[in-house]
Amino acid sequence: MSDVYRMPSLGSDMEAGTLIEWARQPGEKLAKGDTIAVVETQKGAIEVEVFQDAVMGKPLINIGDKVPVGTPMAELEPIGAAETKAPRRSGREAGTEIEDDERAAGSPAPPAPDQPQPARAAPEPTPTRQRASPAARRLAEAEGIDLARLTGTGPDGAIVLADVQAAAPRHAEQPPSAPERPPPRAGLDLAAMRQAIAAAMTRSKREIPHYYLAEDIDLTTATDWLARRNADLPPDRRLLMGALFIKAVALTLRRFPELNGFDRDGRFEPSAAIHVGAATAIRGGGLVAPAIHDADRLDLDALMAHLRDLVGRVRGGGLRASELADPTITVSSLGERGVDRLYAIIYPPQVAIVGFGTPRARPWIIDDAVVVRTVVSATLAADHRHSDGHRGALFLARLAQRLQDPDTL
Amino acid sequence: MTSHMTRDEMTAIVREELTNVAPDLADETIPIDADLREEFDLDSMDFLNWITALHKRLGVDIPELDYPQLTSLGAAADYLLRATDRTKSS
Repeated sequence: MSDVYRMPSLGSDMEAGTLIEWARQPGEKLAKGDTIAVVETQKGAIEVEVFQDAVMGKPLINIGDKVPVGTPMAELEPIGAAETKAPRRSGREAGTEIEDDERAAGSPAPPAPDQPQPARAAPEPTPTRQRASPAARRLAEAEGIDLARLTGTGPDGAIVLADVQAAAPRHAEQPPSAPERPPPRAGLDLAAMRQAIAAAMTRSKREIPHYYLAEDIDLTTATDWLARRNADLPPDRRLLMGALFIKAVALTLRRFPELNGFDRDGRFEPSAAIHVGAATAIRGGGLVAPAIHDADRLDLDALMAHLRDLVGRVRGGGLRASELADPTITVSSLGERGVDRLYAIIYPPQVAIVGFGTPRARPWIIDDAVVVRTVVSATLAADHRHSDGHRGALFLARLAQRLQDPDTL
Repeated sequence: MTSHMTRDEMTAIVREELTNVAPDLADETIPIDADLREEFDLDSMDFLNWITALHKRLGVDIPELDYPQLTSLGAAADYLLRATDRTKSS
């Protein structure tokens, strides 16, 4: 009995995804968690994974197809049953499918008879199947540019917005990279990401009754602890304060399950696992908050390694679907060049977000004396349908205590 | 490996490692004296990854206390030239 792999949802704001490439050919084995395909979404090109051991079966959609979440993408055969029935579609290899102009003749061909008709999105603006990001297609259509004429600089030659802008007459005289705005990165469509953020944040502000709390936290002990620790270590083993923040939030959350989980149509679904989304700003605009899985159970070195890896992949591409889809809470940290306080907006369907401002030297009172300490303002925005300010305040107070004792993180 | 490297050669290494850790800056024209954090939005993780790459490539120690000396490509090149000299003479 074969199963199907469906277009996964990578967040409540995702409605559809475009297949960019298959990571496996029919007949090849997939272990649970392996990447089966790369899908372009509003958050860029994302590797999507299988949730069970299986053998890649027959593809049900074509490279370049944009299909709604839940649409069957490929058949999955049980392990051991596939060798005999793995159909190889006309001998095409993944690498060559990209250039494959299946419908270059100008009139879209109907799907092959043996393929279930995938629920297709709006008709493609161009007749060719050259791979291109949605924003690139929109601009190409508006400018009357034939995508097949262009050379893509995206992943595996996909055409990105910058390629179309370079070819567009009205952009022709512009230098390739205007200094105030870096060109979109390969596989990342900043305009589409802007739309995704807009949709998620509009929904959040419309549907979620936020309450906000703030607490100034003496960070001197943690700062000194970090400096002492890093002083003896080579750069690849040094920690950043951001890793301490994430670990402290994750550990504190164990006692506050009402802040960790999801809103499901107004009902709260707590999460046993604590997956902290690490909000990461993208140069040129936009942000993503991929998850550090089980952050409460990782030691600081492991957590830091994950954080480094995530930021590297935000910059260079290669975020995985599970990382985008399943944070149970988000931490947003302004870092060294920000301002005092950050009042964050909850990312639905999560129910809380913790913000850290920029740690600074500030006057602080200890034993009736004013002293200079390194202080950070932590904020909590939480969903009032599922928790109350009293508990939220206890959470922030407990978080402050945690950060006084960095050895326990 | 690093003996008698010129400032231009060191600057090229510094620039190359920067765009390795921040590929989205690869197409930028980064002036040699531009403040990388202020003008090119290098965050603390990017900066640490850059330091890590330079440490691995050049074998010089770059303690946290010295971070303020590596604000720009040129400043970093000068710092690393001094550091490699120290490493050789010690």
